[in-house]
Amino acid sequence: MSDEILSVDGLQVAYTSGRRTVEAVRGVDLSVPRGGIVALVGESGSGKSSVSQALVRRLPENGSITGGAIRFDGVDLTRVRERTLRRIRGGQIAFVPQDPNASLNPVMRIGEQIAEQIRLHAGMSRADAAKRAVEILGDVGIPHPEVRAAQYPHELSGGMKQRVLIGMAWSCDPRLVIADEPTSALDVTVQRRVLDQIEQLAETRGTAVLLVTHDLGVAKDRAQHVVVMQQGLVVDQGTTADVLGTPRTDYTRELVAAAPGLTTRRLEPTLEGDSPAEPVTHRPLLEVVGLRKTFAQGEDTFVAADDVSFVVPAGQTVALVGESGSGKTTTARMAARITQADGGLVLFRGKDITDLRGAGLREWRRSVQVVYQNPFGSLDPRMSVEALIAEPLRAFRIGSRPERARRVRDLLDSVRLPSTVAERLPAELSGGQRQRVAIARALALQPELLVLDEPVSALDVSVQTQILQVLVDLQAALGLGYLFITHDFGVVRQISDHVVVMRQGRVVEQGPAERMLTRPESDYARELIEAVPGAL
Amino acid sequence: MIRRLLRPTTLLSLLIVLIAAVMALAPGLLAPGDPLAGVTGDRLLAPGLAHPFGTDALGRDVYTRTVHGAFLSLAAATAAVLVGGIAGGAIGLVCGALRGRVGTTVDFVVMRFVDVLIAVPGILLALIVVATLGFGPWSIALGVGLGAAGSFARVMRAQVLRVRGEEYVEAAATLGVRPLTVLGRHILPNAMRPVLAMAALELGTAILSVSTISFLGFGVQPPSPEWGALVSDGRDYIATAWWLTVLPGAVIVCVVLAVTRLARVIGVER
Repeated sequence: MSDEILSVDGLQVAYTSGRRTVEAVRGVDLSVPRGGIVALVGESGSGKSSVSQALVRRLPENGSITGGAIRFDGVDLTRVRERTLRRIRGGQIAFVPQDPNASLNPVMRIGEQIAEQIRLHAGMSRADAAKRAVEILGDVGIPHPEVRAAQYPHELSGGMKQRVLIGMAWSCDPRLVIADEPTSALDVTVQRRVLDQIEQLAETRGTAVLLVTHDLGVAKDRAQHVVVMQQGLVVDQGTTADVLGTPRTDYTRELVAAAPGLTTRRLEPTLEGDSPAEPVTHRPLLEVVGLRKTFAQGEDTFVAADDVSFVVPAGQTVALVGESGSGKTTTARMAARITQADGGLVLFRGKDITDLRGAGLREWRRSVQVVYQNPFGSLDPRMSVEALIAEPLRAFRIGSRPERARRVRDLLDSVRLPSTVAERLPAELSGGQRQRVAIARALALQPELLVLDEPVSALDVSVQTQILQVLVDLQAALGLGYLFITHDFGVVRQISDHVVVMRQGRVVEQGPAERMLTRPESDYARELIEAVPGAL
Repeated sequence: MIRRLLRPTTLLSLLIVLIAAVMALAPGLLAPGDPLAGVTGDRLLAPGLAHPFGTDALGRDVYTRTVHGAFLSLAAATAAVLVGGIAGGAIGLVCGALRGRVGTTVDFVVMRFVDVLIAVPGILLALIVVATLGFGPWSIALGVGLGAAGSFARVMRAQVLRVRGEEYVEAAATLGVRPLTVLGRHILPNAMRPVLAMAALELGTAILSVSTISFLGFGVQPPSPEWGALVSDGRDYIATAWWLTVLPGAVIVCVVLAVTRLARVIGVER
């Protein structure tokens, strides 16, 4: 018996679509020691998910293993029959999926779903399995397990569902658990509890875990070994301290530098020489006072935002932070006059614009522009990059056609995109490039304030930092004010001057970024900051 | 897409539609004879080498008449789809755009009228229009088109409502683009595709409806050839000269099937 529960040698995976073959994994070697936690990290497209799926031969239909060996406890999984493999899956190798909301059968009670697996692999009777299912729910820290076992998935929160799935993964005492981005759909505080759960189960049961993640902070906190993948190849692997502590390859160094949880400072502008002509005075630009918004929810009313007040000074970044459901996006939408507030005031340069309408509102939009979270949704798929960026100019009849074309080139340049992308359609750009286009478009009218709604949360970490750097540089050059909505304290650290923490529609605490990040007064803000993976 | 186009049924449909198009636009290429000239001695001849579809009671070549009849049938059907698509599309666009803003009531009232329009059988509606405006292929086209307008309005409205919820539409508004420009530049182009797919599907139905009404005798006046009228002419001789009804009828069936098949292929490829 070797010390390794899993060893992969020269694994190759290819996908075919039509006549094209894409090699997603090009010879990967990795091993997982018995009872150890190994993190497989990489950005989207690195092939890390393909590896995790190939391990139990669960690739999409057009994918296949084209070479290499996967030894699980001495057995080569690439060669065994499907029947044998079926017993191994779920029994000896278990899976924790990425999206808990899509991974439970919505019409089956929680308890039954766990019991089904136990009966299948351990051959327990129906009654025993049901009893065991309740115990498992208790083990993963779900309160009132007997009640929960009789409920349906929609009655549980995302974090609870992920615990149920973790409980299911461990229900048959597997020797290896593959967790593919188990927490990327969850809020940070929930993420921490879920990861604690995985770590504790791995320790008490002696289970090996292969943790697939894009988040270096998670890898650093939880794994003993780290394998870094890039473009289908392993670029570095070793103990966590070796790989992440003193990065040996350029790529790992870049990733570590980009990981928001691991950096400590605000990004500095990287402009050559020219600082703004006049010293920036931080007079208040946007001010919201006592904003309130309620939504009808059946018979009840749901208070999305209640008595929210803060100020965005010119030339500075205010980060509006909170977990899902905290009301941060609703607040930002009221501040940007996309949704009408039920109560409170929005002041811009001291002028009340809460009830501005029609032409006045349209004119005001020149000074305040919005960048959305999802760069795949906020750009009209039928328009070229040039038409997209020129649209606000056309809307306000600014410049002639050649003048607008020149301005588009300048704007592309300011977000560091080559002018060759002007002719392309959004579908031909990467996520990061699209978000740059969205920023360029927001800048076209030379606004004074940008409202940025989670502008980097859909992007890979290295791209995230590039975009944040662009924003910081633009702020220094143009004196822009930012209202920056995010759930990620790592990002807050990189960009903000002032932090507003929201929870359940209310402002919990606000203050200068430096103090908020080091000495938060409220327990909730402290909990949020400590939950960031990789934080000290 | 390519693979789906290369399927035998699709290729066959494409071929049939192409032939139908040639019949309508350049009938002389396929049937150089005169569709109106009959040879009295050649009355009611069975299909043969000289007359592939046989001859009718006046000794006219049925094949030539079928080929030359394609124009009126297909043109009327196309016109019907255009009328229905443009009228229905406009109604749907306006209702979809107004709903939830200034015109929720307008939307409600107009869409109830549309419901009534859809509830009335299309053929009946077309007959009413023809009876009001007078016989002829163009009033048939108008009638059939009105019958289809309701469905077009519904599809267009649903699409407009869907696209209105897209983030890029909201983004355009926050950029300061005027509402009408947003409608024309973002909403309409992105809502069009399902409507176009439906138009292709409706074309098959329209060919059938136009032929049906002509068959009933409300269409072109003799002696000009038209598919429905040809089938109708042969009705009196069905016991003795089956080819007069069966062969033009078979042509109608083939073209309608082919058009519908192609529409499905296009519609799925969204």
